[in-house]
Amino acid sequence: MFKLLKKYTQDGWWATLLGPFFTVLEVYVAARIPLVMSDIIDQGIYGLNGDMDYIWNKGLQMVELALLGVVFGASSGLFSSIASTRFIRNIRYAMFSKIQEYSFENIEKYPVPTVVMRLTTDMRMLRMAYVSIVRMLIRAPFNLVLSAYFVFTLNPRLAMIFALAIPILLIGLVVIHQKAHPRFRQMMYKFDALDANLEENIDGIRVVKTFVREDYENGKFIDSSDGVMKAQRHAENIVILNRPFFELVMYACMIAIAWFGGRDVIAGEMTTGNFMAYLSYIRAILFSLLMISNVYLQIVMAQTSVDRANEILDEEPKVRDNDADEDLQVEEGSIEFRNVSFKYSDDAQNNVLSDIDLKIEAGEVIGILGPTGSSKTTLVQLIPRLYDVSQGEVLVSGHNVKEYKLHNLREAVAMVLQKNTLFSGTIEENMKWGNPDASHEEVVEACKYAQADDFIEAMPKKYETELGQGGVNVSGGQKQRLCIARALMKHPKIIILDDSTSAVDTDTDHRIQLALKEKLGGMTTIIIAQRVASVKEANRIIIMNDGRIEDIGNHDELMKRNEVYRDLYNTQMEGALE
Amino acid sequence: MADTGYRQLRTSRANDVLGTIAKTFSYISGRFRWQFIFAILFTMLSSLTGVISSYLFTPIINNYIVPYIGQENPDLSGFIGMLGVMIAVYGGGLIASYAFSKLISVVSTGMLNNMRQDLFRVMEKLPVRFFDSRTHGEVMNYYTNDIDTIRPMIADGFPTLITTMITIIGCFAFMFALNLRLALVMLGFLIVTFFVTYFLAKGSRSTFADLQRQISNINGYTQEMFSGQKVIKVFNHEKETLDGFVDFNNKLYDYSLKTNAYASVLMPINANLAYIAYAIVSVIGGRMCINGTMRIGDLASFLLFVRQFAGPISNLSQQFNGIMMSLAGAERVFDLMDKESELDYGIIELVNVRKDSEELIETDEKTDRWAWKIPIEPPKYVELKGDIRLNNVTFRYEEGKDILKNISLYAKPGQKIAFVGSTGAGKTTITNLINRFYDVEDQEGMITFDGIPIKEIRKDDLRRSVGVVLQDTNLFSGTIMDNIRYGRLNASDEDCIAAARIANADSFIERLPQGYQTVLSSNGSNLSQGQRQLLNIARCAVADPPVMVLDEATSSIDTHTEKMIEKGMDELMRGRTTFVIAHRLSTVRNADAIIVLEHGEIIERGNHDDLIAQKGRYYQLYTGKAELD
Repeated sequence: MFKLLKKYTQDGWWATLLGPFFTVLEVYVAARIPLVMSDIIDQGIYGLNGDMDYIWNKGLQMVELALLGVVFGASSGLFSSIASTRFIRNIRYAMFSKIQEYSFENIEKYPVPTVVMRLTTDMRMLRMAYVSIVRMLIRAPFNLVLSAYFVFTLNPRLAMIFALAIPILLIGLVVIHQKAHPRFRQMMYKFDALDANLEENIDGIRVVKTFVREDYENGKFIDSSDGVMKAQRHAENIVILNRPFFELVMYACMIAIAWFGGRDVIAGEMTTGNFMAYLSYIRAILFSLLMISNVYLQIVMAQTSVDRANEILDEEPKVRDNDADEDLQVEEGSIEFRNVSFKYSDDAQNNVLSDIDLKIEAGEVIGILGPTGSSKTTLVQLIPRLYDVSQGEVLVSGHNVKEYKLHNLREAVAMVLQKNTLFSGTIEENMKWGNPDASHEEVVEACKYAQADDFIEAMPKKYETELGQGGVNVSGGQKQRLCIARALMKHPKIIILDDSTSAVDTDTDHRIQLALKEKLGGMTTIIIAQRVASVKEANRIIIMNDGRIEDIGNHDELMKRNEVYRDLYNTQMEGALE
Repeated sequence: MADTGYRQLRTSRANDVLGTIAKTFSYISGRFRWQFIFAILFTMLSSLTGVISSYLFTPIINNYIVPYIGQENPDLSGFIGMLGVMIAVYGGGLIASYAFSKLISVVSTGMLNNMRQDLFRVMEKLPVRFFDSRTHGEVMNYYTNDIDTIRPMIADGFPTLITTMITIIGCFAFMFALNLRLALVMLGFLIVTFFVTYFLAKGSRSTFADLQRQISNINGYTQEMFSGQKVIKVFNHEKETLDGFVDFNNKLYDYSLKTNAYASVLMPINANLAYIAYAIVSVIGGRMCINGTMRIGDLASFLLFVRQFAGPISNLSQQFNGIMMSLAGAERVFDLMDKESELDYGIIELVNVRKDSEELIETDEKTDRWAWKIPIEPPKYVELKGDIRLNNVTFRYEEGKDILKNISLYAKPGQKIAFVGSTGAGKTTITNLINRFYDVEDQEGMITFDGIPIKEIRKDDLRRSVGVVLQDTNLFSGTIMDNIRYGRLNASDEDCIAAARIANADSFIERLPQGYQTVLSSNGSNLSQGQRQLLNIARCAVADPPVMVLDEATSSIDTHTEKMIEKGMDELMRGRTTFVIAHRLSTVRNADAIIVLEHGEIIERGNHDDLIAQKGRYYQLYTGKAELD
């Protein structure tokens, strides 16, 4: 937590420091007041036998101190508030921007709901903890020390009670909190599981309803909700000991002081005023300890949130710009795979891709076919460095892809992902993701190539149509066409279509292929497809199986020598010869 | 137009405060009534102890200390007796405070749990339209945000409200008992504090609605962006995305600062105002002691009370704000709970029957024969066959945009009907209607199942008899086996494996290190889309429904795999009425009827040969491929 504090409070350091500064002043002022009161009683009432002027003076002094306290207290509150909001804003920003650096591998590690939770709920916890820390962690120990000082000066012998009580209190509180921490962690994970369960149901509501599984899902939810409740109670069972234990120690002190202090007063070793001030300080001291323990508890609880934030912040982006040359640009669209192998993690047993050697000329159209799980997607994802090879190298335009800045490489390599997303905003705004400076004409042109212009024009608001989050206002096939258009907006050197027309009907698919052929003249095109028709006219077609290239050739060659391809073609083209 | 999530405003205050409070407490008055009542009693007791403990010093000082000052052999027995009283009072307070914490923890976690479960149960019954018109984030918010805001009210706000009242009233009672004039001074101070608090809280509240809106905004934005994070990478759009975030983040900062600033100065100001009261009481009290109108012990106690009751006042205002926030959350939750669930006037049930000499007899045993039970006297049984008809159906999701126009079609039991047509022609809508995700208006046509209007069939029974393989593959966390079994919960492992074989999912599952026991991570992201689709089909296969709808299910399975599935699917489709929505014309060729849809209208129908002979749209589509040769 303190590591984070140091790092993310720099731009508001003045507020960060002024907060505690005013707190110290406020506490000092407040601690003086009971002393003045003691003077009133001992000097004013007893000592001088009713000197009203003295009491007036002391009273004014107290009011002055209290007014100063108002000013200092308000300032400390204000500055702490500024510092804490700044701190949280900075961390939130740091997390979000860190995620922007993530590569695919990192992204897959964190499901969306947990990231959102870390950015919101966890941050709220952290802010509360921060405010407590600034306010209490400064105030309480200072208050404690000051009060303890007064206590010792008033009656050193009586103060021995505290010397005994404080260690007991501290040890007890620490033990409570140590036990609580793992339980709170457990609780947060139960919450994560609950959220995952919810997300699944909201996302898959159609499946639930189709199979009439409402009651079954209810049962599952009841279990995970009960799990949360039990974890909460389990964690709280420990925490609720906090206050009774504190009260136990406090009450014990008060009784002890009443007894020993009372006897001192009777014996004349202590004045009545001092005794009363003493009682006031007991509360101050013990409440300071309670505050410290509460703050500690909040730190413990916030620690879970801190850990979760740190996880995001410390995540190493797997793909980075290390040896990149700033100025190196992709000149043309040739691609080469040299002895490439790939596996998703270092400790994975099997390669997902093995021994890939492949050379693609600029401007070539390459089709890739292969069964589900044959790593077609993995192969093309190596080109824009969405993953890095485990072995061998991938070259684009004659340079290893690692030599380019990621930005430059990806500007030149457009990719339409299999699982694609549109964003809320108008169609035009979405298109401009491909090229922010594009004119409306360019947008229309790209949409025409992707066969999207027709249905866009048929919409009442045309290119100003709001897409809604995730593009909910268009159908699956329309979405795919918009995604292709968006990629075309980049005018890339290489374009990769990863099964991007699967939801588009055959007719439209055919028209897209024709339009692309015309448009993509200079671009290297890689098309992963299920339909032979989508790749038939490619210069070369790659047949993949089990992470290896099984065959490469054009349609005619493959028809002659590759049985799998021939079968595939015949099944799909059956009837076409009638 | 669907909501865009983060543009929607979540209000910060409940509209119907009393109603919401009543509903919230109905969750307590059921199972947790006594625990809650005792919790409140214990917290009252514990705060009472706090008050009394201060008061106890008065008799100690006045009666047992001051009179004996300077005595050689003071009589300490009364003093010791008082200490005994103190120990008893403190011990009671201790127990009360522990009991309170324990009880309130049980009550608050328990009632939230009940609410969550109720909310979920209601949600699962809401019509699909509810989910189609909201983002996931919005629906999630009910659970992650709204419900959690209720807890502080029960666990903290409400008890504190009560104890604060007790403390203030108790303190005042003692103060008035001790000294009338000083107590009046304190009353004046109370009023001043009240006004200060009121003005600061008002300031804080004025920006509160804006703050809530900003939180909602930033939630929506992050949710959307993280969902599309991969696209962001591919488009080098990191910087723009971050810029967008900075906007939201800074706005959130502004409002959060404004709101918090008021709250954060409130406590210190009130606390120090209390010191002024303390000073005034000291001076006036001191004077009274000199005049002899007040005893010094009374003053000591009075001063303790002054300190004791200042804290709770500023607390009170914070609790008040918190409670209002909780109520706003609670109201949203209750609003959702009050939403109407899927309408179901159907009374016709699906029952197991056996056939005795042409007579259908209802039975509890598991036969392979099913019938619709029409609950008249005596009940009439119609054998389940899978005859589906659409009669002049017109349908729209929103006014003025007809998706289906006057569609009539007829699927005889066991027939395979294929839908062909452009994206958006209305193919998927037909499936939405058959299993009643959406309902056709009464005057706009009718769908019948074995001659029975589907609206008269209980929805659950209708859906049980219609298996759907949807375009989106939604899997659930759990093993692969669990996911297949989802289709029929009492299916044995062998049944599931057999279903996986039919769907051809068996081969890839066997190759996974843990086979059928492989645990799927979120929505099966460790599988390829094709593999997920295969599981989808296996899940439907194990359900074994008489009617099946395959909605573009084969679109992301490669042709190689698909070919293998096809055999199994043919096996599966035998004897079942099947509706297929597919793009590859090769997969629909053997359908009994092919229906070509365009803009919500049927433009052609017939079997493959008929349609080829017609040389119409289907022919064009079909030869559109041929043209490629």
